[in-house]
Amino acid sequence: MIGDPAARQGGSSLDAAERLLAELPPAPAAWCSGLHKRYRRRTAVDDVSFTVDRGEVVGLLGPNGAGKTTVIKILLGLVRADAGDVLLLGRPAGDPRARSRVGYLPELFRYQPWLTAAEVVALHVRLAGAQVSSRERRECLGLVGLADRAGDRVGGFSKGMQQRLGLAVALVARPEFVVLDEPTSALDPVGRADVRDLLTSLKARRVAVLLNSHLIGEVERVCDRVVVLDKGRVAASGTLAELLGQSELRLRLDGVGAEAEARLAAAGGLTRDGDAYTVTLSADQDTAAVPELVADLVGLGVRVHAVEPGRISLEERLLDILRATPGDEDR
Amino acid sequence: MTARTVFTLAALTLREAARRRVLRALALLMVVLLALSGWGFSRLAGTELDGTELTSGETRLVAAQVLNLVMFGLSLIAALGTAFLSGPTLAGEIESGTALAVLARPVRRSTVLLGKWLGLVAFGSGVVVVAGLAQFLIVWGTLGYWPPQPVTGLALLAAQTTVLLTLGLLLSTVVSPMASGVMAVGLFGATWIAGMVGVVGQALGNEGVAAAGTVSRVLLPTDGLWRGAMNAFQDPIVLERLGGPALKGGFAFLSSAPLTAVYLVWVGVWIVLVLGLAALAFHRRDL
Repeated sequence: MIGDPAARQGGSSLDAAERLLAELPPAPAAWCSGLHKRYRRRTAVDDVSFTVDRGEVVGLLGPNGAGKTTVIKILLGLVRADAGDVLLLGRPAGDPRARSRVGYLPELFRYQPWLTAAEVVALHVRLAGAQVSSRERRECLGLVGLADRAGDRVGGFSKGMQQRLGLAVALVARPEFVVLDEPTSALDPVGRADVRDLLTSLKARRVAVLLNSHLIGEVERVCDRVVVLDKGRVAASGTLAELLGQSELRLRLDGVGAEAEARLAAAGGLTRDGDAYTVTLSADQDTAAVPELVADLVGLGVRVHAVEPGRISLEERLLDILRATPGDEDR
Repeated sequence: MTARTVFTLAALTLREAARRRVLRALALLMVVLLALSGWGFSRLAGTELDGTELTSGETRLVAAQVLNLVMFGLSLIAALGTAFLSGPTLAGEIESGTALAVLARPVRRSTVLLGKWLGLVAFGSGVVVVAGLAQFLIVWGTLGYWPPQPVTGLALLAAQTTVLLTLGLLLSTVVSPMASGVMAVGLFGATWIAGMVGVVGQALGNEGVAAAGTVSRVLLPTDGLWRGAMNAFQDPIVLERLGGPALKGGFAFLSSAPLTAVYLVWVGVWIVLVLGLAALAFHRRDL
């Protein structure tokens, strides 16, 4: 068989195809297009499309019942979409192997209460078909603060500890894409800070993350991009800079002459209230713009008491988006 | 990968049965049943009928009947135990959310189902075989009776348990855990009663009534398998000599004929069909 030239040629063309595939940029961590899902008469998801690129942290935002969890479940093959396509790490979601490098913390997190934490983690490593040493599994439990509870039955865990275990389960099989559905819902402030650190370390390791959270501050701090869902549709999506658009600069000044005022106006839209000046900066201005402005003002003899960067918060922007979304079908 | 997943889940199901103390509860019930039957059989050994001791043939006939009675209780405990275990193991996990994390792994739902099924079959069959053997030893020790086909009988009892737990699994993919257990047990009881009605019909020569038993044995083969197992536990020679009239009268704990090969094949097909239906229902279900 090896001596058969046709087979050799077939083999080399297969090699070539593999090389070609290997040289292609890696497929996005998740890609979905035109997702639709109806539960009886209620439309839960309506034409949702978005992409999570490799190494990117994407936040999924929206009010209760917007379809966030349903979208996540469709991505993971837990719910069947009525229409639409999903690719996970380059494979169609119908193929179970698509999920071999995916970690998931469900919103409804429950693990076998009759197993110990270490056994739950070991079970998930086996199911993922991964080779993870017991030392690495212990480290993973340590990472979520469960190192000294590894041998305890899950049935005796508090909700917060179960959620920590869920994080360990999501992270243990060396995922390339992690889906976290409300990862801090049962955690105390320390736990939330731990999750933020975890997200930052995942980002540093180029692990893609899809994060569904009601804590907008959390999303704002760690996410590269945001997808806002409302009534099952994508109401807005983009990078934080794109979504938040402009930022502002609030200054307290005195001794502002005509020339200094012109300099302020040149930096952006200017409003004044007594000695408080507010300059609206566009998002694409480079980072040197603010120190340059301050230096120029000082050069023009202005006394600078305070310079405070202000930003339209994601929360304000989110509320704007959700209030602006037409809900015609309800009226 | 698939075989590994099946065995992982089968082992997990067995561990669940052990850790949730199902095994301990079943073992306790079995011990009570075996102790009671041991006491009963030892009393039977010296029984006198009309002033004379029972002949060896009569003792064997009585032993076979009482053995079947006790084995019926035993198979009931095993079958109901596994039926109630098979409901929560799937429907309960879907309801609680435990299934979410497991099914988001690179596994097919049918593989998960097969693994759970295999674990339950191993559990149910193990209980039946161990408890059944203990019962044989008790009868042998007290009355000196050893059933003619112990292996066939126990295999048929294990098959009966398998049939019921497969039904329990199918039900648990579509209804709540509690409902699935109740329905499986209800259907099991209904088939047994239909089987008895059929036997009475046979004795009275009423074909219509006899058909009730036959139809129910085809729809849910638990009663059919039970009758085959009974047949394997009783002494055919003694039966022929002494049990003729009792059999014709449709006695509940004696069976006149072994199972046919066609029926056994049908049982196999039935299990595959029901398990396939369960896999289909589970595959289509939104979690």
